[in-house]
Amino acid sequence: MSLKIKKGIPLIDQHDKNFMYGGKFGGNFIPETLKKPIDDLTKLFNKLRKNKKFIKERDFYFKTYVGAPTPFIKLDNLTDHLGGAQIYAKVVSEANGGAHKIYNATVHCLIARKAGKKFIVGDTGAGYAGKMLSMAAKKFGLKCKIFMGAKDIKRQRPNVESMRKNGAEIVPVTTGSQTLVDAVSECMRYWVANCDTTHMCVGSTVGPNIFVKICAWSTAQISRELMSQVKEEFGKIPKKMKLLNCVGGGSSAMGFWNEFMDTDAEFIGIEAGGPKNSKLHAAPLTNGSKIGILHGSAQYVIQDNEGQIGRTESISAGLDYPGISSLHCFLKDTKRASYTSASDEEALKAYQLVSKLENISPSLEPSHAFAEAIKLAPRLKSSEVIIVNSCGDSLKDKDIIKQKLGSYVR
Amino acid sequence: MKSKIALAFENCKKQKRPALITYTVAGDNTRKNSLKILNKISKHADILECGFPHNTPIADGGQIQGSSHRALKNGTKLKDVFQIVKKFKKINPSKPLILMGYFNLIYQNGENKFLNNCKKSGVDGLIIVDLPYPENKNFAKKCKKRDITFIQLLSPTTSKDRMKKIIKDSHEMIYYISMLSTTGGRLKVSPKKILENYNRIKRINPKKNLVIGFGITDKTISSLKSANGLVVGSMLCKIITNSLKMGQNPVTKLDKVVYNLKKKIL
Ligand SMILES: Cc1ncc(COP(=O)(O)O)c(C=O)c1O
Repeated sequence: MSLKIKKGIPLIDQHDKNFMYGGKFGGNFIPETLKKPIDDLTKLFNKLRKNKKFIKERDFYFKTYVGAPTPFIKLDNLTDHLGGAQIYAKVVSEANGGAHKIYNATVHCLIARKAGKKFIVGDTGAGYAGKMLSMAAKKFGLKCKIFMGAKDIKRQRPNVESMRKNGAEIVPVTTGSQTLVDAVSECMRYWVANCDTTHMCVGSTVGPNIFVKICAWSTAQISRELMSQVKEEFGKIPKKMKLLNCVGGGSSAMGFWNEFMDTDAEFIGIEAGGPKNSKLHAAPLTNGSKIGILHGSAQYVIQDNEGQIGRTESISAGLDYPGISSLHCFLKDTKRASYTSASDEEALKAYQLVSKLENISPSLEPSHAFAEAIKLAPRLKSSEVIIVNSCGDSLKDKDIIKQKLGSYVR
Repeated sequence: MKSKIALAFENCKKQKRPALITYTVAGDNTRKNSLKILNKISKHADILECGFPHNTPIADGGQIQGSSHRALKNGTKLKDVFQIVKKFKKINPSKPLILMGYFNLIYQNGENKFLNNCKKSGVDGLIIVDLPYPENKNFAKKCKKRDITFIQLLSPTTSKDRMKKIIKDSHEMIYYISMLSTTGGRLKVSPKKILENYNRIKRINPKKNLVIGFGITDKTISSLKSANGLVVGSMLCKIITNSLKMGQNPVTKLDKVVYNLKKKIL
């Protein structure tokens, strides 16, 4: 049986009664204790997203606090340099805080307030999700706790400092690989024990279904803006247009693609391929990982034959996750999107080239997407359009870049 | 025919005491030792829960994570878990044993294959932490068909309506999670309050064997004596951790601890 996406229905709502997409991705594989809080949150979110006042409130904060719209620019120098497709960037890193994670964080804080919760907890890998949640929590008067792998605390120092400045408590996670996967587990465990007083924000389109939905619904702002920017630039949606986005959990890509779901725009997701000469990676879709259950959701996930979650490796903390959103699994199986990976080295090179030629300097996550653009563009006609979501700024990666390349230039 | 689990509860009721249910992890700290532990503590415990380890548990506290980590590190696989059960059952054919773990291992193994392996090795019941009601309906049916008890969980957050539905669909044993916590948390609710909740659930269907778990140690166990059964897990995992640290034999140590737990509920 071949899976199909339905037209005219938001992708996040195309699940069955068990909250599964295509009958096999997503769902709620959760302990009994979380059934009620998740059920409550589901009901509240369903109510809020239909509420005009709430939408107005969201849009108000997106405009005045996040900063909408983020710029849409042509990368003339990169286009000339590569000689092929026209390359554009949606500079989401211009959003308040410096990445797309602000949309999800803002919406979660608004929801937490409606739910009457005073505490909010979240996970983070690259530190952006944590930084944004700590920012938004401060703005909306919530007490904030962030779970972060000890390895990531070391490699994403600038974001850690921001979190501290925003008054968040950072809980170092020292179990397992000490990266995002462990941070999410620890955060969920914390929520199991504190769900009566505390709201949880999952930092990407992963976790139990409601978190996938809230996150994708929040980041969809990116493509709402892009849709009008594209129409303004080209008069209509160009015939051959590719939307390139890095995918870790997949929140940035979902937001970048959502409004274009029923158009002819081509979606390409770029996973973290890991070091060139390593067997380890963080690319479950590209490398054909099997479906398994991670953090309450069925998805393609890096694992061994037994079902133990596998180790990952990536230069980019934000992409260093063994699983992937159930929505992307669904997009892959329906062939609506295609997925590939870029290695650590390719991402570094892409960061270097884009930073040298253009006024933007993508962080290592979107540099994975730029690496694919650099591969693709020369093979395409100049009538074709590539748009890359530049969803983070290299500043947070300056330590890693310095270590790998000897110096850091923004 | 009555299940071994049902018989164990009947026996305890005759003695006017709760069933003592232990939780240890298969392969902790070695495969051999975990089997020895099961054999030893089965002299005192009425029902044995045996964890099959997973490396990304979302509801376990530090102690059980530690045990699972040790088991995985020494290479414990699902087939070893079944071997341990089989060997245990050979010596203790009438002692009920329940496997407990996370769904992904079953999913990868294949539900039917997993359940057939359970049957072959002598598993009496299953607790799957992350397969809640109603998603577990189908799986619970498959268990029933093989005379394996599927143990539903209830928690302080479970609404009354939901409880009624779960209990209606449950087999002869139900597990009540005492408080909002991962395993191994300190008992942060008074035993009185826990028993109030317990009795409220019990009234929905007095015939079901209802056990309490989470936060139970030698300090708290006697205060919950009126329940049908009490589960002690993290405390035992911690004893293993500590005895390894101090170079003691975890098997003899656990034997003593479980013996003492039993004394407290007689
Ligand atoms: C800049 C940036 N891009 C991408 C990601 C990957 O997450 P997602 O795939 O959810 O967008 C992260 C995650 O931390 C990030 O910080």
